[in-house]
Amino acid sequence: MAPALQTLALEKRFGGLLATSDVSLTVEKGARHALIGPNGAGKTTIINLLTGVLRPTAGRILLEGRDITEIEAYERVRLGVARTFQINQLFADLTPVETLGLAVSERMGTGTHWWRPVGTREGVTEEIVALIEAFGLADVMHERTATLPYGKQRLLEIALAIACRPRVLLLDEPAAGVPDAERHEILASIAALPKDVTVLLIEHDMDVVFSFADRISVLVNGSLFVEGTPDEVARDPRVKAVYLGESLDG
Amino acid sequence: MTTPLADQVSRYLARRDRWTAPEIAFWLVAAASIFLLPGKHLILTEIAILGLFALSLDLILGYAGIISLGQAAYFGFGAYTAGLIAKYGFVTEPVTGLVVSGIAAAALGFVTSFLVLRGSDLTRLMVTLGVALVLREIANRLDWLTGGADGLQGVTMAPILGRFSFDIAGHTAYVYSLVVLFLLFLFCRRLVNSPFGLSLRAVKGNPTRAAAVGISVNARLVAIYTVAAGIAGIAGALLTQTTQFASLDVLDFNRSADVLLVLVIGGIGYLYGGLIGAILFKLMQDYLASVTPQYWQFWIGLLLVILVLVGRERLAAFRAWIRHLIARVFRTGGSGAVTASAPSAKEP
Repeated sequence: MAPALQTLALEKRFGGLLATSDVSLTVEKGARHALIGPNGAGKTTIINLLTGVLRPTAGRILLEGRDITEIEAYERVRLGVARTFQINQLFADLTPVETLGLAVSERMGTGTHWWRPVGTREGVTEEIVALIEAFGLADVMHERTATLPYGKQRLLEIALAIACRPRVLLLDEPAAGVPDAERHEILASIAALPKDVTVLLIEHDMDVVFSFADRISVLVNGSLFVEGTPDEVARDPRVKAVYLGESLDG
Repeated sequence: MTTPLADQVSRYLARRDRWTAPEIAFWLVAAASIFLLPGKHLILTEIAILGLFALSLDLILGYAGIISLGQAAYFGFGAYTAGLIAKYGFVTEPVTGLVVSGIAAAALGFVTSFLVLRGSDLTRLMVTLGVALVLREIANRLDWLTGGADGLQGVTMAPILGRFSFDIAGHTAYVYSLVVLFLLFLFCRRLVNSPFGLSLRAVKGNPTRAAAVGISVNARLVAIYTVAAGIAGIAGALLTQTTQFASLDVLDFNRSADVLLVLVIGGIGYLYGGLIGAILFKLMQDYLASVTPQYWQFWIGLLLVILVLVGRERLAAFRAWIRHLIARVFRTGGSGAVTASAPSAKEP
């Protein structure tokens, strides 16, 4: 069985800067895979390459064995890859209901229907409601997204990705900047993700990583550095060195 | 399944498409003007055409966030198409002429839409401006076809649907324009409340995220730009048909600028802005031109500056304050005794 997501010698250059260098990453089906690394290691660049926001300078990307390197970002979503953003990327003027209704319509392939009001299609309302309930957004569902508390926006950010019904979900620091009081809600919703959804998680908080992931890859200076189970990575002296800020060359 | 939450959500979604009382009143007043203001039908026709033109700009600016200084390109293209097909006898029946002109303008919109896909607002302003200028000069140059600076003469229209002839007082023209405006308004209203319309607002708000939920941003922009061009073309065709004349000023920069001004006056992103703006703009223009024929643009300019500087939010706050005041006067007037406390913010 082909892995859910695989990169082959992926490389991305920004001018003289090598942001991603020879990354061959394999994410197995149903995995809870974490990608960690110090600031500036190129984690978000990898997410951007996987989702098609950026094009790699070299290398291939395979989704369930299919080469998607040249496929447009919006088409990859339809193929089953969805993501969240490290910094909220939401529709400020839409309400959560509208935002989720939009994503559900798009997924059903009815996003270009101009002759029908939103939500008249069978099943759309039910799905919006299910997402609203699952992510605890009921109390703010009719408010403009721009006015929501940060924690709710963060939840909507994840709900919006889930509304695309991905088979592979890429979470870019889902709990970043969320106050401790609201943090558990985010973590609970991530823990409750369907088991058949493959998850690649970028996260700084090691508690989150080690409680969630069954596989961890460490990225340093754009290259894969160590990969293994949480135990292996935790014991690896080189990882400790990186995280303690010691020079590897020394 | 009908949980209370599902009920709430479906009612909320249904409400977006429901007609509100002010909307119904607006169209009743418009219909009443046919019978109550027979002496004003000429200017009302102009208002209806300008309103339709502004509606087309609102679709791309208010909903898709495409700023344009060249919407007159499609207005003018529609105007000349309608004139030419009537003059040379291909299509003299007005409704068919509108359809043909609309399709022609939409085709031009489709082709040129690819120019506005990329770049910032400034790039789009320049590109749209450039397209309109180019088109105007082409029309100027092809004087054997368009009449050049003399305008397109000799346009004669057959009766509408073979039954209603245009009359000199413009009654038929007004009813015709108003009906076309209303039908296209219905179309736009449905469009913006549809999943497609929602996706436009998403693309306007955040194209990055829109792509990340599976929306082909460029395809949506091309689609709405094409539709808006078609509607602008129909507005232009209406002008030619009701005046039986087309001149180069249908492609003028002024026309593109005026329609943007109309939207700024009326407000963008709710469809009625173009219509209300057209009414205010035309009435103001008409009034000022009668008071100070040479310098009316001074006042329009001054109003524009004030409007933009004061800002819509503060105008809205001012309106709320007026409403508050009225409510207060009525309440104290009614009881005649206590000074009413400030009404709560939840008035309709």
